[in-house]
Amino acid sequence: MLLLLMGIVVLHVAGLVLLLVSTIVSAWVINTNSRSDLWTNCTTVSGVYRCDPADTGVWIQAVQAMMILSIIFSFISLFLFFCQLFTLKKGGRFLLTGAFQILASLFVMCGGIIYTVMNSGWVPAKESYGFSFILAWIAFPLAFISGVVYVILRKRE
Amino acid sequence: MPSGLIPFPFHLFSFHHPSLSRNPSHTDLRGEQREIMLSVLALTSVVLLGIASQTTAIVVYTSWERHALVGTDVRLSCSFFSWQWTSPDVTFSWHYRPDGAKEAISIFHYAGGIPYVDTKGPFRDRMEFVGNPSRRDGSILLKNVDFADNGTFTCDAKNPPDIAGSPSHVRLFVFEKVPVQAGVITGAIIGVVLGLLILIVAIYYLMRFLVARRVFSLSMSKHGRKGKGKEGSQQKQALAVTDPAKLKAAASEKKKQESRREKK
Repeated sequence: MLLLLMGIVVLHVAGLVLLLVSTIVSAWVINTNSRSDLWTNCTTVSGVYRCDPADTGVWIQAVQAMMILSIIFSFISLFLFFCQLFTLKKGGRFLLTGAFQILASLFVMCGGIIYTVMNSGWVPAKESYGFSFILAWIAFPLAFISGVVYVILRKRE
Repeated sequence: MPSGLIPFPFHLFSFHHPSLSRNPSHTDLRGEQREIMLSVLALTSVVLLGIASQTTAIVVYTSWERHALVGTDVRLSCSFFSWQWTSPDVTFSWHYRPDGAKEAISIFHYAGGIPYVDTKGPFRDRMEFVGNPSRRDGSILLKNVDFADNGTFTCDAKNPPDIAGSPSHVRLFVFEKVPVQAGVITGAIIGVVLGLLILIVAIYYLMRFLVARRVFSLSMSKHGRKGKGKEGSQQKQALAVTDPAKLKAAASEKKKQESRREKK
């Protein structure tokens, strides 16, 4: 049981770390001389590295909000997990924790979908997706699976 | 200042005050002090008003900045504050300095009750006077603004005899599309979702509290407060068991009741 719990917590924290890294590090779309992410659009033009803030779109702000909300909900679900660990009676389910974690995964999914669909207007040319983008898309199934596990799990011992 | 014009309570300041000759009671002294304070305050405010009406200049108000889309109409408002009454000779004048230019050109003038609109400059056929000078409003309307209209507009108002004052500037920004400020929508979405979350949690706790109170009051009203306390708690237990959702709330209420009885 303890091993299972440790595994669950590790999964949850891994998802959380992925979310944090993908939101903060500027590498959603990278090119040889430019990188852009949710917050800035940095380009190196003839040796000058300049960044424009991301204020030219409603949808990029929606993506920012989705990512931040998913981080917040993931934190809340981690906190609720530890609360429920000590207050839930035997045989109970971590429903609240699982619900918040599934909500967090849904937010990441929404953010990822909006960014994938709309980023042609934001990023100048055909560029390759950076690792932050990939991390966000990995964080979604991770969070979803951990949320489902929380819902199914029953407290023993 | 002759004392006949202003009802100044000189008698309070005379040396032989009638109340000083006998033993002053506490309330007499307090009343006297209040009278003196009030009269000093009245005198100070009259003096200040007199001074102020002579030295405060006319103050002209406009917006700080105006933002507009290409092709829309912009109303530049201008108003003023003056201690004198609005005279029939009030004048308004607007100047325009394009972005990057050094000199300002005059584009509007209102004097003697007649508005003179620009007929030769950059705003010919595009400007309209929409102000109401008797209400101290000297606003103009610029129609169909373009990127070339970016610049600083200066409004100067004069209200004879109050003519000393500095004009006020308003900057015009013309955009292709109105930019959304960074973070506004982000903050709005986050705020709405978190607000909904807090609302749902609050409603959940409120429902639990109301249900518990209803169960409690129901059992109490059936069996009264004294003497039948045990039966009441038993009845409450029976009621609670039948509905598992109210179990937790009823249990907490029972605990509270027991602790209260223990205290007694």
